[in-house]
Amino acid sequence: MMTQLLEQPTKLSTAIGINVDRADARDKLAGSAEYTGDLHPPSMLFGAVLRSQYAHAEIESVDTSGAEAMDGVIAVLTGDDLMDLDPYYGHALRDRPIIAMGKVRFVGEPVAVVAAKSQAIAEAALSAIDVSYRVLPIAATLDRALAPGAPLVHEGPVRPGLAHGLGKLPEREGNICYRYGFSVGDMEAVFSRAAVVVDGEYVFPAVYQYSMETHTTVAHHRGREITIWSSCQHPFLVRQEISELFEVPLDDVRVIVPYLGGGFGSKSYTKMEPLAVAISRKAGLPVRIMNRVDESMVTTRRHNMKCRMRTAASAEGQLLGRVVEMWLDTGAYADNGPRVTATAGDAGPGPYRWEAVDVKAQCVYTNTSPAGSYRAFGATHLQWIGESQVDEVARRLGLDRVEIRRANLLARGGQVRPGAKGLDADLVGDVEEVAAALDWSAPRPSNRGVGLSVGLLAAGAHPVSMATVRLGADGGVTVLVGTTELGQGARTVMGQIAAEVLGLPPSRIVVRGTDTSYTPYDRSTGASRSTTVAGKAVEEAAAQVLEELIETAETTLGVARDELVVSEGRISGGGTAVTYEELIERRFGLKGGELIGQGHVGPRGGSGGFADGPVFWEVCVGGAEVEVEPETGVVTVLRISTVADVGRAINPLLVRRQDEGAVLQGIGNALFEEMRFSDEGLLLNDTLLDYRIPSFEDLPASMSCTIVENQDGPGPFGAKGCGEGAFAAMPAAIVNALADAGVQMTELPLTPERVWKKIQSQQGISKNHSTEEVDQ
Amino acid sequence: MSTVITATINGRAFRGEVEDHELLLDFLREDLGLIGARQSCEVEVCGSCTVLVDGLPVSSCCYLACDLDGKVVETIEGLVGTPFHEVLSDAFVRHGAVQCGYCTPAMVLTAKSLFFDDLLKDEESVKKAMRGNLCRCTGYRAILDALMDIAASEPTVELRAQA
Repeated sequence: MMTQLLEQPTKLSTAIGINVDRADARDKLAGSAEYTGDLHPPSMLFGAVLRSQYAHAEIESVDTSGAEAMDGVIAVLTGDDLMDLDPYYGHALRDRPIIAMGKVRFVGEPVAVVAAKSQAIAEAALSAIDVSYRVLPIAATLDRALAPGAPLVHEGPVRPGLAHGLGKLPEREGNICYRYGFSVGDMEAVFSRAAVVVDGEYVFPAVYQYSMETHTTVAHHRGREITIWSSCQHPFLVRQEISELFEVPLDDVRVIVPYLGGGFGSKSYTKMEPLAVAISRKAGLPVRIMNRVDESMVTTRRHNMKCRMRTAASAEGQLLGRVVEMWLDTGAYADNGPRVTATAGDAGPGPYRWEAVDVKAQCVYTNTSPAGSYRAFGATHLQWIGESQVDEVARRLGLDRVEIRRANLLARGGQVRPGAKGLDADLVGDVEEVAAALDWSAPRPSNRGVGLSVGLLAAGAHPVSMATVRLGADGGVTVLVGTTELGQGARTVMGQIAAEVLGLPPSRIVVRGTDTSYTPYDRSTGASRSTTVAGKAVEEAAAQVLEELIETAETTLGVARDELVVSEGRISGGGTAVTYEELIERRFGLKGGELIGQGHVGPRGGSGGFADGPVFWEVCVGGAEVEVEPETGVVTVLRISTVADVGRAINPLLVRRQDEGAVLQGIGNALFEEMRFSDEGLLLNDTLLDYRIPSFEDLPASMSCTIVENQDGPGPFGAKGCGEGAFAAMPAAIVNALADAGVQMTELPLTPERVWKKIQSQQGISKNHSTEEVDQ
Repeated sequence: MSTVITATINGRAFRGEVEDHELLLDFLREDLGLIGARQSCEVEVCGSCTVLVDGLPVSSCCYLACDLDGKVVETIEGLVGTPFHEVLSDAFVRHGAVQCGYCTPAMVLTAKSLFFDDLLKDEESVKKAMRGNLCRCTGYRAILDALMDIAASEPTVELRAQA
């Protein structure tokens, strides 16, 4: 019955499919939007963290007496203060102590925290703490960590964290903390039939997410209650970990999330919160820990990786089989590394109809800073490798690179990997859009090339989200939903969804930030899941409110529901219209009260569509045209084209802007971003002076984003998430475009030095000879 | 050590004592509650702490408060409500040029200095002039669209003529 009303043409697309202004834009433009670092609860202290200067060492002693004696210092925390707790946390593996417990495993690991009356005092007090270390052998690179007899980063028992869906956690083998893989078909037979085998080894760099706002937390541990204001993407997971760590019930932990100054995965799961709570517990007052950039860079990063891949194809260009093995460096603590590893494994084959695939992915501890989530993880790691091999197959067989994809890509419903949801998108259509936007076959100078790439990213994470929609007596609506606004526009989109269901203008909807004491549960903000999963909960909650309005309207108007029309905040029927305000007054007998709807989305039941993992396959498709300067190795991205295959664009402008943001991050990852560690595990470029992120000048002259709306997503109105796929597509498209311009690269980033060296090696001995002369 | 300074901050006279080592960013945020200037890189690269001193953008993370003596400071809070802020805000909203918002006030202030110096012209020169303001969310396209939009629009040309 209600469905009939929802399908009333007068109600559709009044609030979705249009570029509703961002609800938060004006506050942000005025500088009045509050981030965690702007908050100042009464008596707040300032925290500073003493961090290890060694990558692997035992702590023999910590003397804090000098710091404690300083004026303005209220408390100093060390591992000794946590002996009454089980102080280990970690989403995938509970391997990380809140603060070093007798041992440090990376340069930058917290050893002590000072809480003082000012930031300056807190920082000054750090130099008055004496730590005595006994240095241990270091495994700061993948090769060192994987070598026989390597120093072990962890030796204790494996303890699972809160993560699920990772299967049974394997025993640790040396420094390998997680393995993922699958195998289909008879690989030997496939390779024996192959006319072409492409075989290569590849290196992917560690990079930093660089959200402009660093990790910032204010915590107050008062009696049994813990209140946390934090720049966190997953407040409910933080609440759960804090509850377990500090042994207080969930309800006594309150996590409040102001605006976030970007996240991109860097603020997923639990980061600085346990440390802030621990020092507050000791100080008895609220304490703020606001990382500097160099501290945030060792708080989380993207996994560097090495990979070997082989692809076999027939003489006609049929892709037959692929073998891929990868090792992801998760640093000293696993964080989300096992999930990243599994997602990278899933991205290994690429979205093709293989006769045989064999994927082995390993997550490896090293004595470097911990690695976790970053936009389009896993897919970004693998797509450039797999897609460069597809291009190479095409080159060797003299086939067009679009054609080989058209011939081999999975069709809708095709198996992406065993046991997972079938493909829910039209990849061939997406690739054709990208190629057309790039003038694929146009003639180009020899130092220019064009490339495209296509892949899939398992998206949606765990589909558990709740929402509450409250319609007040003045006809305005408040949406309570735990999705974090980290810049992507989630609050605007949630408002549009509620507005659409309720037939109200979006300006009547308010969506505020999360306070876990009042906001219903939402699993996380990541994996492109907000619109699809949390949005579905908002849709359901709003539909419940609408149902109550309709019931009241039936009795008020004396008209049967199938004759009612919902539009513009009123319900009409039988020649009369009543506003929502009037209906609420009628319902409660006063100008007060409110109608409340609840939405519950879970893997089973609910609205369905989420039963098989992943929630959806995010399409990662994009293309690039590049130019390389042979004399210098400088690569310039001239033109970009992406396709946002989103099912239904709730707000097309937000979709397009998501793709553009992802593109620039992808360009940075492809061309120049790289965290460089010394063999001793020291991060060598830990400021923006020497770690460069894209600026205005890196913006390609031409960018196009095509929005594809096949209404094939499991989210509200056929929507599915976006914003990550273009990232994964970019390094791959750029690598392929550069290869088209004659330079085949197997290591990122594509720095001028690397590219120039490759050009020299490709040009042979005579060129090398002249290079030597130059060197002399 | 501290110094007494006299400055004009957002159009109002300020006279007071500042610590000699105090950064302009901390002075604005902690002493005056002007939170629109944001801390990020602390090495004068990202631009998110940008304010205007005597009309020119400076990184307040690397500028001493005591050096303000005799100068005119404008922060985003001072710009709010002016016709330029309205016009630019409308353009930013229209083009979807605000995402997380952390860099936004600084972008607006740098854009203002360019605008009134008649430096908002073609895309290439604007890219160059704005390169000291980093944004990790938008990928810059939207911001550039908004800036080029106001650069050409009639109300803003009039605004500049009046200035």
